[in-house]
Amino acid sequence: MDQNIPQVIQTVPLEYYVFFAATLFSIGVLGVLTRRNAIIIFMCVELMLNAVNVLLTAFSAFRADPNGQVFVFFIMAVAAAEVAVGLAIIVMIYRNLQSTDVNLLNRLKF
Amino acid sequence: MQDSVIPAAGAPFSTFLYVLIPLLPFLGFLLNGLLNRKLSATVAGAISSLAVLGSFLISVMLFWEFLHPSAQWIAPGATAHQAYTVQLFDWISVGSMQIPFSYQIDQLSLIMLLLVTGVGFLIHIYSIGYMAHDENVGKFFSFLNLFVFSMLVLVLGSNFLILFIGWEGVGLCSYLLIGFWNTNTSYNNAAKKAFIINRVGDLGFLLGIFLIYLTFNSVQFGEVFQKASLGQFGPYGVGVVTFITLLLFVGATGKSAQLPLYTWLPDAMAGPTPVSALIHAATMVTAGIYMILRANVLFTLAPHTLEVIAIIGAATALFAATIGLAQNDIKKVLAYSTVSQLGYMFLALGVMGYSTSLFHVLTHAFFKALMFLGAGSVIHAMSNEQDMRRMGGLRKALPITFITFLVGCLAIAGIPPFAGFFSKDEILLHAFEHSKVLYAVGLFTAFLTAFYMFRLLFLTFFGEFRGTEEQKHHLHESPASMTLPLIVLAILAAVGGFMNAPFFLGEENAYLSNYLAPIFTYSQKLNPAAFGAEVDHGTELMLIGLSVGAGVLGIIFAYVMYVSRGVRPAEEGAPRGFLDNLVYHKYYIDELYNALLVRPIMWLSRGLYRFVENGIIDPIVNGFGRVTLGGGQLLRAVQTGSVETYLILMVVSIVLIMALNFGKF
Amino acid sequence: MLTVLLLLWPVVAALLLHFFKGKAARVAAFGAALVEFLLAAYAALLFNANNSGQFSFNYAWVASAGINFHLGMDGLSLSLVLLTTLLVPIILLSAFRRNFENESVFYALVLFMQTGLIGVFTAQDAFLFYFMWEVALIPIYFLAGVWGGTERARVTFKFFLYTIIGSLFMLAGFVYLYFQTGPSPDGLSAHNSALTSFYNINLPVETQLWVFWLIFAAFAVKMPIFPFHTWQPDTYTESPAPASMLLAGIMLKMGIYGCMRWLLPVVPLGVDYWQNLVLILAVIGIIYGAIIAIRQHDVKRLIAYSSLSHVGLMIAGVFSLTQLGMQGASIQMLAHGINVVGLFFIADAIERRTGTRNIADLGGLTRKAPALTVCFLVLLLGTVALPLTNGFVGEFLLLAGVYEHNAWLGAVAGITIILSAVYLLRMFQRVMLGPDSAYSATFTDLTSGEIAVLVPLIVLVFWIGIFPNFFLHLSEGSVLGILGEVVKR
Repeated sequence: MDQNIPQVIQTVPLEYYVFFAATLFSIGVLGVLTRRNAIIIFMCVELMLNAVNVLLTAFSAFRADPNGQVFVFFIMAVAAAEVAVGLAIIVMIYRNLQSTDVNLLNRLKF
Repeated sequence: MQDSVIPAAGAPFSTFLYVLIPLLPFLGFLLNGLLNRKLSATVAGAISSLAVLGSFLISVMLFWEFLHPSAQWIAPGATAHQAYTVQLFDWISVGSMQIPFSYQIDQLSLIMLLLVTGVGFLIHIYSIGYMAHDENVGKFFSFLNLFVFSMLVLVLGSNFLILFIGWEGVGLCSYLLIGFWNTNTSYNNAAKKAFIINRVGDLGFLLGIFLIYLTFNSVQFGEVFQKASLGQFGPYGVGVVTFITLLLFVGATGKSAQLPLYTWLPDAMAGPTPVSALIHAATMVTAGIYMILRANVLFTLAPHTLEVIAIIGAATALFAATIGLAQNDIKKVLAYSTVSQLGYMFLALGVMGYSTSLFHVLTHAFFKALMFLGAGSVIHAMSNEQDMRRMGGLRKALPITFITFLVGCLAIAGIPPFAGFFSKDEILLHAFEHSKVLYAVGLFTAFLTAFYMFRLLFLTFFGEFRGTEEQKHHLHESPASMTLPLIVLAILAAVGGFMNAPFFLGEENAYLSNYLAPIFTYSQKLNPAAFGAEVDHGTELMLIGLSVGAGVLGIIFAYVMYVSRGVRPAEEGAPRGFLDNLVYHKYYIDELYNALLVRPIMWLSRGLYRFVENGIIDPIVNGFGRVTLGGGQLLRAVQTGSVETYLILMVVSIVLIMALNFGKF
Repeated sequence: MLTVLLLLWPVVAALLLHFFKGKAARVAAFGAALVEFLLAAYAALLFNANNSGQFSFNYAWVASAGINFHLGMDGLSLSLVLLTTLLVPIILLSAFRRNFENESVFYALVLFMQTGLIGVFTAQDAFLFYFMWEVALIPIYFLAGVWGGTERARVTFKFFLYTIIGSLFMLAGFVYLYFQTGPSPDGLSAHNSALTSFYNINLPVETQLWVFWLIFAAFAVKMPIFPFHTWQPDTYTESPAPASMLLAGIMLKMGIYGCMRWLLPVVPLGVDYWQNLVLILAVIGIIYGAIIAIRQHDVKRLIAYSSLSHVGLMIAGVFSLTQLGMQGASIQMLAHGINVVGLFFIADAIERRTGTRNIADLGGLTRKAPALTVCFLVLLLGTVALPLTNGFVGEFLLLAGVYEHNAWLGAVAGITIILSAVYLLRMFQRVMLGPDSAYSATFTDLTSGEIAVLVPLIVLVFWIGIFPNFFLHLSEGSVLGILGEVVKR
């Protein structure tokens, strides 16, 4: 296998990636909107991020521009940090409320 | 009138001499002011009297040198009767506006110097006796010296702004001295009124100075008058002079108590009597006349202004004289008489009798200072009683006061050969040449003057004593420090008229007008007719006869009423006829001004504060704050706290933004 | 370098002040302010009236944006720096009589404020000017808000918001102007914010018309000009006396200085267009402030309205665009600073003795306090512009300038000399003269410490009044320079 990764990626047409990422993103959005469990919402957000990552990688490969892939690393690093902080918050919420239902967290208002 | 300038190189001492004239009274002011209450009355009085005496002696010396120059160190290179300026230092210099602090030494300023320091000195001496029992005598003398200082700056200044320094300075001293007894609220109000009304005039004066600067690009007397006489009016035409002179005249009406700004002077009688004599009779109130004389070139160029001045002067003379008829306060009568006499002086200015006007300033200073001091002597003897209805028969107790007062009354009534006769007669003569109506008003006023002055004399010194027993017990002639100035002034009031004798005593004996002639050179060049006009001697004698007749008639009327018939002025609450009431209440002018000016301004002050400041402007400013707060109140309802709502809103917004941005596909 | 020293010394001193407690803090603060004054006096000695922009210091602050830490002084700056450095020690000295909580913080804030003021007067770069402008606001907010009267929270908040909104407009104007400038001299940035570059922008008239208001907004609020003045009476009344002195004595001069330095030469066509409107507002302010002052009961509030009236005249003088008016304004800034600080000090002295500032309650104080009466009267006469006092030179030149521009406006503005006599003499009479009041028996005269505060002020009242030329020459070059920039286009 002397094909490098961009060539492997290019074996699938670009439109497929776009449709795939769009679907993935939509699932994420729907999940965020419809679910009340904080952890699932969290995972859906990750889904959206990864949809973007896929898209970035694909475009990067198709246009032979490494910037997109660099961006993916940034997003993954930030997402990892975010997960660490976010999960910690969720754990704290669970300790206090014995639940992770976001609709119970409505005290941050006027 | 080519002014030479000193100090010439290498004559520093002479400058020092000129500085000393106003500086001596100023030092007296500082000394008495700083050592207030530590000095005895006599020492304080001596310090300030000596200071003024020093100025007087220097003035005499300068005057003598002016007439007969001999000592080169005083005015190097000056010839006899030659005007010069003394440069002291640059005061204000901004661009082309150069205002040096310098003196003008000429006929006019020298004669005023002698008047101010001479009469001032006599009044200082008088004050030593008069104020002996006052606890703040040091303060009194320091203010009096400050006044002399300001007055000297006023007459010495060689440009309009230096004149203005003195002008405002005397206003301040007037304020301080009228309100000298400051526990009394009505005295304080009188002081404040004097200052504020003077400020109204000062504004006119100041605007006049601005216009002079814009027209002539200078405020220096010599330069302005020369340019005016040559017809160089900068960017304007000759018409500008009318505006300038009208504005200057507004200033003069304030300071010299003419219609319509005269109301402060009668109130100013709240001050101690020597103050009334010095400031409100002899010197300060004549500053307006001095200023117009100084600027006579400009006024000659503005015949319309002269017309206004003559009419206002005659109207004031008559108006104030009628009020004087019904006053019962001895000082108020004198105050209205002063206003009336000042009106005469303005009448003289208006008909271009310039030197005549100054002549009357001088004689008036003698006899009016004399009468005020005499009135002070009476008040002193009567334990501070000023109401003539409580006096009477004082001539036996106060013989010197009575005789000197009589001289003063004869002088003001225009009885020959007393001083007032000569000067008033000249004024009426000039008025006659100019307009018969003005002459008639002047003549009638002369009759009224004689009447009310002798009414005062008879009510005070003749008949029965009407005061309390206690006052009667205390009656005494004043001490020598008070009677001596009275005697000196009485002599001056008796013979002062001869300094400008009329034609029948010999033309060459009109010393004053001959001496003053150089001051009016430009005016004479511009309008020779006004200076050349002479009525024939027959008419002049007839006019003299008429005016003397009017005076005598007034005296006879007064004698018949107040001595033969023994009429006494009505008491405060007594019923009065309409005219009598009107005059007694001074035509309700004060009330009128109160209703028309003072109250509306007070009302405006409160109204603006309540309704504009706190009712409109501030609420608008606070309104911005309120709107912001209200907006926040409304918008915070959006924050429901439900995470789901936020998320839905977020997604919907993103979709909307996308749709709006990329909707073109 | 001297300018930098002048600018930084008060901050350094303010920081060091934390090591002092109580009375020692007072003395240290006063000493520091005195050193600052000596520095300014030394600068005045070195100053050469013929050169502009001396004591220059230029350091690339944000080089990539062409923003420099550029300080410099011409005659106008120097005279205001002198005023600031002279008044601050006097203000500190006047505060000695009061016992404040956290004294060292109080004095440190005053010194901190001084840095801001000097920065405003010496900045030669637009963003540095803006920065210093805001630096000067912060300490006064705390001075008034922490040590003020009962209403202080509401009043200082309003003051703070009002002025900061004004200055944000100015910032917007500066940012706009910044993008119209050419590249910086070192070529690192496409634009630069130097004062001279701002002078060289040639904006079309229509743009200048609105840029004028952006910049003028800040100055209009700070001076303040009618009708943007409503923060002023409340703030002056509620602030502690030293803060009122700082506000009225020095801070409002920032607005007038700003107009002269940062408005007239930058948008001359806008100034030309709005000149008459500003003049009319200024003249309305003169009369309006004076009339309202007549019936005020609170001495400090009365002084506040009188200040509005006097500042109106200075604005009118500046906007008359005449040499007379502008030099009058520059000398009147000094005179007004001295007089108003003196009057606030007197008001404070009376309040400390009687516990009231209400004119109606006072009266007859003169008999117990001759020295106080004399000082009060001298400062008052300076304020009513009696010749040979400092107020006269300024008002004379200002009125002459306005009169030169328009005789009618000059005449209306001149009414101030009548009205100022009305309200000030009324106040003087009701407070000092008249029959005895409840307080006159126990009233005491000035202490020697208080006289030490007032004597320098009174000396200056007469010095500026009798020998104004020293100060007039100081500002002449700058004023001619500014006028030259205005006329150039």
